[in-house]
Amino acid sequence: MDSLIALLDNNDIFNVTTLLHYWSGFVTTIQLVFLSLIIGLIIAVPLGILRDSKNPLISKPIWAYVYFFRGTPLLVQLYLIYYGTAQINGIQDTIFWHILSEAFYPCLIAFVLNTAAYTTEIVRGAIRSTPKGEIEAAKAYGMSWRLRMRRIVLPSALRRGLPAYANEVIFMLHASSIASVVTIVDLTGAARDIYARYYAPFEAFLFVAAIYLCVTFTLIFIFRKLENRIMAHLQPLSH
Amino acid sequence: MLDLHGYGPSIFEGAILTIEVAILSLILALALGMLGALAKLSQNPIPRFIATVYTTVIRGVPDLVLMLLIFFGGQMLMNMFSDWLYEQFDIDIFFNINEFVAGVFTIGFIFGAYMAETFRGAFQSVHQGQIEAGLAYGMTKRQIFFRISFPQMMRHALPGLGNNWLVMLKTTALVSIIGLADMVRLASEAAKAVHEPFTFLIPVAGVYLALTAVSEWILKRLEIKYSAGLGSA
Repeated sequence: MDSLIALLDNNDIFNVTTLLHYWSGFVTTIQLVFLSLIIGLIIAVPLGILRDSKNPLISKPIWAYVYFFRGTPLLVQLYLIYYGTAQINGIQDTIFWHILSEAFYPCLIAFVLNTAAYTTEIVRGAIRSTPKGEIEAAKAYGMSWRLRMRRIVLPSALRRGLPAYANEVIFMLHASSIASVVTIVDLTGAARDIYARYYAPFEAFLFVAAIYLCVTFTLIFIFRKLENRIMAHLQPLSH
Repeated sequence: MLDLHGYGPSIFEGAILTIEVAILSLILALALGMLGALAKLSQNPIPRFIATVYTTVIRGVPDLVLMLLIFFGGQMLMNMFSDWLYEQFDIDIFFNINEFVAGVFTIGFIFGAYMAETFRGAFQSVHQGQIEAGLAYGMTKRQIFFRISFPQMMRHALPGLGNNWLVMLKTTALVSIIGLADMVRLASEAAKAVHEPFTFLIPVAGVYLALTAVSEWILKRLEIKYSAGLGSA
């Protein structure tokens, strides 16, 4: 422990202050990504189900939402929400302003809307590729639409959608670095601060690149374990 | 009518710049991707190792972090190099990494890694028997590559390449962060000046959607071309 402190004392850039700055940036990044993904998933599952609805009043708006958020850069969406919400007439007098005047929440809203759009497509694709026989069997058992969704379609869609969703999680982690553009001190924001203070681009950016790499590998590892677990019945038997 | 407060022409120039960055990055990414894929499939472990490190590391780090690293770090390396030149040889030149070069290089370098994975998968899905047939005809390695592997590989690679291109097109928006005057930067500056974010950012979003639509149309054409002889395209 003493040697570690001695090492940190002799270092210009990685001292206790900057490491704490990195740490708080790391916490912000994880919070942003985690909250975006959870809320995004909660929005995306019903949208993914309704996306193929026969009623055009339901399916068309969802199509337009997904098309817009998948077809434009996240940075533009972030600017739209960050600068746009401030310009809505009278919003500064409402209680929402307390939330929106902090950069964190407009940013979270942009991330949620973005990941929900991508996840909607994943959910829809996974539901669409449900084998017809499974649905027919469920119908033959007299299951209602709700019961069929809950017992047959969604569980098997989860299995098919998981690899694509793992990609979306990693994509979101990487995309979250954009938060640093609107004054949020996430991991990338911390690196930019430290770069600006010490004019040391390699130390500042290579260090966070390594952290992102570690988080990415951890996520890949977790999802691989998860896939093995929920697809255990599809694995070849090993004796 | 849409009133852009006189910013219209400059944002239009920004859109042209966005397209330039995207196309130049695409060319670089395709070249790096092809090299990376061939290295990954090579018998020699050294290029295979380098290519694996390249694709793994690049795909594990956010684009923005790499861009900042290459833009700021690249400038510092260049400064060190010109200092060294001055001290050693008395040559006094200054290299300036401008935002355009840094942007194109970073985006090309990042998407080269994704392209490499796409090309590798596509090369592997060309039947071995096809290549053996080429050998049996006495074709050289080069002939086999250009007449057999490449045209058939493209059919498998196109959907992946198209996806990468669409993601890359949107990634070009990041060059606005390192100061390049692309349409996102110009529009956001105009939005701040006039306090009308929607007026400027919605048309910019519309341009991206239009570029996406045009790309999808071109990709469909290409898919038809490369699926020749495979029945319904």
